[in-house]
Amino acid sequence: MPNRPQPHFPEPDTQHYWEGVKQGELRYQTCDACSAVNFYPTAHCQKCGNLSLTWRQSRGEGTVYTFSVVMQNRIPGFQELGAYAVAYVDLDEGFRMLTNVMVDGDPTQNVHIGQRVRVDFEKQDTGEYPIPVFRPI
Amino acid sequence: MSQTRNAAIAGIHEYPLRVAPGVSAMQIKAASLKAALDDAGLKWSDVDGLYDAGDGEGGGGLGLAAYLGLKPRVIDTTQVGGSSYEFHAAHALRDIAAGRVKVAVTTYGSTAASQRFAIGTGGGRGGASWSTNMEAPYGSTLISNYAMVKQRHMHQYGTTNEQLAEISVATRKHAMRNPEAVKAMTDLQFVKVDNISVADVLESRMVASPLRLLECCMVSDGGGACVFVAPEIARDIKKKPVWILGSGEATKYRENGGDITVSAAAQSAPAAFGQAGVRPDEIDIAMVYDSFTITVAVCLEDLGFCKKGEAGQFVGDGHLAFDRPGLTLNTDGGGLSSNHPGMRGLFLLLEATRQMRGESTSQVAGAKLAVAHGNGGLLGGTHTGGTVILAAD
Repeated sequence: MPNRPQPHFPEPDTQHYWEGVKQGELRYQTCDACSAVNFYPTAHCQKCGNLSLTWRQSRGEGTVYTFSVVMQNRIPGFQELGAYAVAYVDLDEGFRMLTNVMVDGDPTQNVHIGQRVRVDFEKQDTGEYPIPVFRPI
Repeated sequence: MSQTRNAAIAGIHEYPLRVAPGVSAMQIKAASLKAALDDAGLKWSDVDGLYDAGDGEGGGGLGLAAYLGLKPRVIDTTQVGGSSYEFHAAHALRDIAAGRVKVAVTTYGSTAASQRFAIGTGGGRGGASWSTNMEAPYGSTLISNYAMVKQRHMHQYGTTNEQLAEISVATRKHAMRNPEAVKAMTDLQFVKVDNISVADVLESRMVASPLRLLECCMVSDGGGACVFVAPEIARDIKKKPVWILGSGEATKYRENGGDITVSAAAQSAPAAFGQAGVRPDEIDIAMVYDSFTITVAVCLEDLGFCKKGEAGQFVGDGHLAFDRPGLTLNTDGGGLSSNHPGMRGLFLLLEATRQMRGESTSQVAGAKLAVAHGNGGLLGGTHTGGTVILAAD
């Protein structure tokens, strides 16, 4: 049963993102001045510094850019998981996020670069926020 | 070629123990500073510039001068991870050239091994921040972050495990010639304190795919110190000065659509080589932060020793060893096989200095130019690159 670390608040840059996650939405921002996709969320545009950004909802589909299967860790909440895949996923809207790719069987065999994946909001044992992970489409 | 010699490394010390129970990081820093000043023939009271990465109990800009009993005129507390010491060298060069200081020092102390810090296999720091809130839920270890770079490099360029293992093999060859590295591996209970083969690397256990144990640096205690001086001081020191010809600084981080196989060195290296008036093909010794094999491969490319994507071929066939022609890598045994107390950047400067003085245990005859490149933070995430070009007197 998943018991991943939860986000902590108050944290003003990421609060709206996580409120979206709670509602089953994967949110990102675009800049109202330069149209850049902004992610991770920040109050300023990381390309031009503009302070006006618009929140958008991702379709939640993307491609595995790279990954690693963790065989050894000392992180509470992960030690009991067995091998798991950490990945950067490039969402179709143009943002890259760190996440986990969840597969049946051996992740060293069943996760690969270029794989198409979709977001899944994984409920947690403790804590009010589900965690957006990805599964093969 | 126009080379200006505005500052020199005058004294160095590497704390010999890799397991140092009962000693504090601050004690390692102080003992190392004394030994480095002795190496230069300078006095404690000669120090007028203090550079520090904030390591040690109660150190940093507020606490370290008081602990050491120094009265510095310049205090620089740049902390950018393991490359902090290349940044300190860069800032010392700048401050000495500007006439602000004459004897600048940086020190390092860590008891990571004795305190059992899970540097590679632990997660990020806790607490709420814009980045930890986005990353902590995923259990990404420091090693898996670097492993993601290796995975992508292999995918993008066809780099093989066998090629990258050559970095571990050449480094171990150097370590076996360095008595302090041999003692380190013994004290840290390495399974095999001997030369290793490519097969040994490929058969070692997977820690975070595709990185295996013998591609990962150790966790040790340790520390050291480095003394930077103005040219008029360099004339009268005990040993030959090692000149700092140029430096470069950069940072890089996860970007939407970015190329994870390119590191901050792609920005810091051209700045350093440009200031130094030196080309990569003129370099004899490359001291490159070997947190992992992939770190070396990516940084060798970005430093300009080979084209992007060609490091696999470049490091192949053991030719980075000290007794082979061409570029020589990490002659002290590196983080892979000599020491890694958490921020290895200082040791890159120390071994490059030994090579320029002719004092290395794997000395390259006639070595005249060296590069020290530190990579701090996470290669596949937020990291820094500090490049320093050094020349023999």
